[in-house]
Amino acid sequence: MNDYWHSVILEEDYCNGCTHCLDRCPTQAIRIVDGKAKIINERCIDCGECLKVCPFKAKGALVDGLEMLDNFKFNIALPSISLYGQFSKEFEINKLFNCFYKLGFDFVFDVAYAADLLVSRQLKKLQNKGLQKPLISTFCPAVVRLIQLKYPSLIDHIIPLETPMEVAARIVRQEVMEKTGFSYDEIGIFYITECPAKITSIKKPVGIEKSYVDGALSIESIYAKLMKIYDELGSGRHIESVQQASAKGIGWGKVGGQSIAMGIENYMAVDGVEEVIKVLDKVESGRISDVDFIEAYSCVTGCVGGPLNVENPFIAKSRIRQLTTQYPQEVDLTKYADVEDSFFEWNQEIEPLQVMKLDSDIKVALQKMTKIEELFQHLPGINCGACGAPTCRALAEDIVMGRASFEDCVVLRNSKKEGSEG
Amino acid sequence: MESISFNEEGSLMKLEYDVLKEDFSRAGEASSKIKKVLMQLGIDSKIIRRIAIATYEAEINVAIHSEGGKIFVLVKDDKIEVLIEDVGPGIENVNLAMTEGYSTATQQVREMGFGAGMGLPNMKRCSDEFYIASKVGEYTKVKLVMNL
Repeated sequence: MNDYWHSVILEEDYCNGCTHCLDRCPTQAIRIVDGKAKIINERCIDCGECLKVCPFKAKGALVDGLEMLDNFKFNIALPSISLYGQFSKEFEINKLFNCFYKLGFDFVFDVAYAADLLVSRQLKKLQNKGLQKPLISTFCPAVVRLIQLKYPSLIDHIIPLETPMEVAARIVRQEVMEKTGFSYDEIGIFYITECPAKITSIKKPVGIEKSYVDGALSIESIYAKLMKIYDELGSGRHIESVQQASAKGIGWGKVGGQSIAMGIENYMAVDGVEEVIKVLDKVESGRISDVDFIEAYSCVTGCVGGPLNVENPFIAKSRIRQLTTQYPQEVDLTKYADVEDSFFEWNQEIEPLQVMKLDSDIKVALQKMTKIEELFQHLPGINCGACGAPTCRALAEDIVMGRASFEDCVVLRNSKKEGSEG
Repeated sequence: MESISFNEEGSLMKLEYDVLKEDFSRAGEASSKIKKVLMQLGIDSKIIRRIAIATYEAEINVAIHSEGGKIFVLVKDDKIEVLIEDVGPGIENVNLAMTEGYSTATQQVREMGFGAGMGLPNMKRCSDEFYIASKVGEYTKVKLVMNL
């Protein structure tokens, strides 16, 4: 596996080289080369914006299939919190969780409960005067990668806590090992994901050596199966009690949920990667001083807006909100009260990803920059994308970095042609 | 008061940005662009952040108080220099202006969340060297130096 593994991929057969994704990519990680979109791996943050916008569904996410379960003796499903919002209210969530047993899993754990466990730890971090404020949540891995890539000076602001997915996996693996006697490697933990960035966090984690999760199945790939099993799951069958989260934990599924769960006032909840970028820009310029906590989500509406979900983000968000009025505000967390804080934390330094750098030698970088400026002055500046780069400036950069040529500019080529004909 | 000069000798790159009077909707643009360029040059992110904070403050200051001005950035071998110059009322009492919390901003500007009287002190805090010169009724010039 190389250094820049990504779950977001391009299915070339479907790509017709249109420029929808070029425009939307927040890190300018896409180019159209020979009529097909290409993702520059070092720049991709797995936000899935290209997945959402592609009219031909040519972008996909590398997810696992159910056959992966054959590799393990005991399989555990961790359905993401978003699942709470994916079905209409006729479907009872605990019964849905039970459907995973029929899919071949041996155990199911409610990830929203892991969120419940994180709430008091988050509050503790906010009260810690030694930590840089505002603290930024790690819940959205695309935002963490965005910070590594474009806002490295904000790495100190990333809250030193793991995500509910990782916490759930740690808890459940330990418990199952104790209960069943299976070894670490005999147990397979699968996240039922709404999100390509979370898949990348499993295969190529940030802040930890190795994820406790073994693989990921997308919600969309099992959605129809779940509905079918749900119907077949008669009232006669024994139903396990899987759902154990409070309204607060469930609320993490939508933007604002983390802060509401903590009951704090001085927070900011921002969703949609373009708005997240604006907010991070402000944080970096020191303009946000009255906020201690930022929960930022690449997807509009938060995780319920994840591209591997089935339901419309706003419908799902509304459902989550309604569910938070129906479930108890507090659940019993005493079982894990004594667990050490380090169990909930990431422990490896989060490194900046300096991929925007033109050269490791500042003198050479300056020369390249001057050249970029010069070239840029000659380009039409209309950012049409026909050359395959998202903007004229990006083309100028690509030319100087040896990834493109001046002749790629379709507008200049045409005007030259007209000139010679006239 | 010492005069402020901007020595372009030894400069490897010069950036120049306009700041318009009362144009709050675009305030922050220059600072964002400067940040992007410095990142591409591979400047240390902690220094970039200080420059981002200082130039943002500068943009706001020029937009609030002056008739408009310019921000120049000189990248040198061992340091980055930022020069901010505007045309406008100038500063009557520079020492007072350097006091945290002191502000001559109007109520309207304060209601927009600006003008808390932290601008100049903040810029000074972010830089290794700080120079200011002003002539009432004519101009204000500020020079910041960040060592690399």
